Amino acid sequence: MVPLSYYLVLSGILFACGVLGFLIKRNIITIFMSIELMLNGVNLSFVAFAAHWHALAGQVFVFFVMVVAAAEAAVGLAIIISVYRTRETLNVDQVNLLKL
Amino acid sequence: MLSIHLILFLAFGAIAVAGAVNLLVQTHPINSALSLIAVMAALAGEYLLLGAEFVAAVQVIVYAGAIMVLFVFVIMLLNAGVEERTKGSRVAILLGIPGMLVGSLLVAWVVLKYSGTQSVPVGALPGAPRTIGPLLFHEFLLPFEITSILILIAIMGAVVLASKPTTAGGPAKKVHD
Repeated sequence: MVPLSYYLVLSGILFACGVLGFLIKRNIITIFMSIELMLNGVNLSFVAFAAHWHALAGQVFVFFVMVVAAAEAAVGLAIIISVYRTRETLNVDQVNLLKL
Repeated sequence: MLSIHLILFLAFGAIAVAGAVNLLVQTHPINSALSLIAVMAALAGEYLLLGAEFVAAVQVIVYAGAIMVLFVFVIMLLNAGVEERTKGSRVAILLGIPGMLVGSLLVAWVVLKYSGTQSVPVGALPGAPRTIGPLLFHEFLLPFEITSILILIAIMGAVVLASKPTTAGGPAKKVHD
């Protein structure tokens, strides 16, 4: 028997690591991976609450989060390839102009 | 008293947190990607402990399998190197790490203080595909069908964005300065 709060704390730690990575990382691909880490932290709390309240709908929500994350990863990585093709850098500090 | 469930939870949780911290510490994106795969595998173990077998399988197949392979492909395709630090990133580290530590400690303290003794038993709910399937195809049929359209749009968008710029004055022509 593991208390629900332990799962929530683990989920919060993973989410915090994702936010921190989003803030301190300078490589655009690593920033994108930090977003995936945040989504994973939220998924864990979804499943823990689903188990706690005996509501299977929580697991279906996790499924939808994964589908949206897959779509987001495909489009986001295509955008990263496009940015690299025009700027020839992956550092977000050097991608500071809307204009080419 | 340490039950086997709690020991497994702590072991998988330690792997997940260590992988997440390693993602932050590493400077090369391929190392970050591999530690993110470790985080996802450990989370699949947590899902199995909660009885969510379907979610654990999808986590391994879709997240650790498909999405992370896409990430690794892009890292190799763009030949991403070690990231360089700038002044802005040092300021973000100086402000971000203490702020995040304080924030997560505060959240952990509040959750642990006001949680009571509710606990989640082993295999708490039937998360097998046999029980998820009817839910997905009856109650959540409309969102499920909409996700297929979302995936289709994402595929087309990825193809359009990542395709090579056409040379004959197409819409994706590279502009020279």
